Amino acid sequence: MSVLVRLRTPVVASVLGLAILALGLSALGYDAFSALTALARGAIGSWYAFTSATLVRAVPLIVIGLGIAISFRAGGLNIGAEGQFSAGAMAATAVGLVVGRWPGFVAIPVVLIAGTLAGAAWVVVPVVLRLRYRVQEVISTLLLNFVAEALVSFMVQGPLQESKRTYPQSDPIAVAARLPLLPGTRLHLGFALAVLLAGLVGIVFSRTIWGFRLKVVGAAPRAAEVTGRMDVDRTTALALLWSGAFAGLAGALEVAGVTYALFLNLSPGYGFTAIAVALIARLNPIGILFAGLGFGALEAGAAGMQRDAGVPAVAVSVVQATIIVVALLAVARARLARPEAAA
Amino acid sequence: MSRVLELESISKRFGSVAALESVSFDLVLGEVHGLLGENGAGKSTLMHVAFGMIAADAGRVIVRGVPTRFRSPRDAKRLGVGMVHQHFTSVPEMTVAENLWLAAGRYGAEAGRRSDSSTVTTAGSRLRRRLWEGLAPNDIVSSLPVGAKQRLEILQALAVGGDILLLDEPTAVLAPQETSELLALLRDFANGGGAVVLITHKLTEVFSIVDRVTVLRAGRVQSTGPVAGQTVSGLTAAMVGTADREPTVETSDSLGPVLARVDGLAVRGREVVGVAAIEGNGQRDLLRRMAGVLPAAGAEVIEPVAFIPEDRSTEGLIPALSLTENWVLGLAGDARWRRGPLLDWRAAEARMDQVLGEYSIRAGGPQAPAGTLSGGNQQKLIFARALEAAPRVIVAENPTRGLDVHATWFVQERLRRAAAAGAAVVVYSSDLDEVLSLATRLVVISRRRVLQVPPGASREAIGAMMIGATS
Repeated sequence: MSVLVRLRTPVVASVLGLAILALGLSALGYDAFSALTALARGAIGSWYAFTSATLVRAVPLIVIGLGIAISFRAGGLNIGAEGQFSAGAMAATAVGLVVGRWPGFVAIPVVLIAGTLAGAAWVVVPVVLRLRYRVQEVISTLLLNFVAEALVSFMVQGPLQESKRTYPQSDPIAVAARLPLLPGTRLHLGFALAVLLAGLVGIVFSRTIWGFRLKVVGAAPRAAEVTGRMDVDRTTALALLWSGAFAGLAGALEVAGVTYALFLNLSPGYGFTAIAVALIARLNPIGILFAGLGFGALEAGAAGMQRDAGVPAVAVSVVQATIIVVALLAVARARLARPEAAA
Repeated sequence: MSRVLELESISKRFGSVAALESVSFDLVLGEVHGLLGENGAGKSTLMHVAFGMIAADAGRVIVRGVPTRFRSPRDAKRLGVGMVHQHFTSVPEMTVAENLWLAAGRYGAEAGRRSDSSTVTTAGSRLRRRLWEGLAPNDIVSSLPVGAKQRLEILQALAVGGDILLLDEPTAVLAPQETSELLALLRDFANGGGAVVLITHKLTEVFSIVDRVTVLRAGRVQSTGPVAGQTVSGLTAAMVGTADREPTVETSDSLGPVLARVDGLAVRGREVVGVAAIEGNGQRDLLRRMAGVLPAAGAEVIEPVAFIPEDRSTEGLIPALSLTENWVLGLAGDARWRRGPLLDWRAAEARMDQVLGEYSIRAGGPQAPAGTLSGGNQQKLIFARALEAAPRVIVAENPTRGLDVHATWFVQERLRRAAAAGAAVVVYSSDLDEVLSLATRLVVISRRRVLQVPPGASREAIGAMMIGATS
């Protein structure tokens, strides 16, 4: 598929989504033009807006989206990235609070690894339930999101609460554990890591036996077992653990690069938006990079729209929803058009 | 004798395969009519036509003297035809009563209720009362023993109230005791004025309760008539065909060493062992254990082993993936494209391209999805892949099913050549003709036991071993 053909669906979807948003805003009596201008300004209006709003929001979407792509490719439907993100954020905070005496090049990796491991650990229960009792991970991972939310709530009012004991939030993590920023912006090193990971996952998918196994196990488990002699359960389980690890890493990056502390509702639904990001990109890692940027821009623009035009930020969900629907329709159409096997 | 069900010159094709060719069949009140035949002979298809599940390409269905067109099983049920399928159709999570309501649809008034035993008049309700023994309306189906589930299936078939009962191998899942109880019930149903068609493989059942027997072979009626005066060997011959060609069972003194051994089946180099068996006797598991697809404790098999699964599109190939990807699926360890964890897709694609030429596989190139190939070309691809690793042992499951004459010849020739080159080849086919024409040695698998077929055994003797008539 040429680049132009690949870009057709997302471009059409975005234009359509923005048009529907404009129509809706006009119908409700808002000034659609100034609202959309505010949206654009908030996302790409200045270098600062682009780096500090759009790119910063794109980081968790890209990193989580890559993990989602790994699990979906293998047929494991992990929709609990939101909870795994929180688990990663909690672990990163807990570790980040105690590494103050260490140099940054040690403290930062330790914090990120803690988050990654915690994210993977949050998927262990769904994986065990799937392997032992054939419990659908769609349900178990989703339900664990609520457990994670409750656990964060407990942490910020208990063990991890700030030393003043006033607000339900943690103390700021040690300076040594914070990610370096691009001078003059709030863009942290996590963005470079996200780009690197996208390239890495792209290579794993297209050039390694492990990437091929994921694809085969997801596409046809019977053939994977009988002809490919693959261990389907093991492959799916590993894919699920990796997707949790990516979401946990995203949580750690958010704490170490953006908030420096743990509090409730740290994520504005990154774990769910990232599923849309991965699906729109058809689980292609480079596509996820760009889809993550696009959705990051929408999230950043939404904040600008609320600030400058008085339009509630949630209105931008209309655009996101339209993009998702159009993208799914395009996938469905491609599937219908494909010639089926002559049995 | 009143004919309640007549099928006149029924023909049905599935794609290029003729499942039924001008088959006529009739059923009279008061009889149990046995329908015999090998796998794929057309027994189930014929009864599906009688039950309105399949529309025949040609021919007429006449119920109680009136020509009818069934658009669906609902029409058949309305005319008093009920069917018990090969597999359970009840919903395991629901109660007996709920399943009966489901089965009755909008015609069943009395479904789900025990019929009143005080006024037993028709065969149907008398049978129904006996079928209810051991069942309660509120039992959850999944908690019932197998025999009770099978009785529920019959109750479901009769839920609308009917006197024509079609049963597709109803005893396959039953223990001997349950089988004889069920057969007695069916006999009683027929004696009371019902009519029963019993599809079966088992000749003992035929001789114990059947009045008339019809034998199908390859979609045609081989014989039909009263069971009295028939013999086991006569029926077997009708099922598997008369010996127009003697089985090529021979022993060769140039055999190689034993290359594969599992569960009493040992295969030497340079021989083609044909496995004859009736579906459900454990032959598939045995073959898959030998091929290493299923775990097998105590199996001794020399690698590499190639396995040709029967189901090309779900086990042998992935239709949505490209030919090259399907090639690598079975050859992921080949050093030409595998370096540690890395795959060199260009090298794999170059080899795939060569193979397309070597095996004359008609395809749009190595990038084409495997699903775009015809069945014959898919099987060529599977064979090319299997032979690429120079296997010492080749295990094939119905390797020519659904293939045309040319592709069938190709597959059989490749298997013979592989054996001639020193490989140990095992072929299971549900088509006895294929087994006989390919095999240098024959075994029968019956009830999970491997039986050696003596050299020179007749077709009838083989058939008798398959159905367990001799032990």
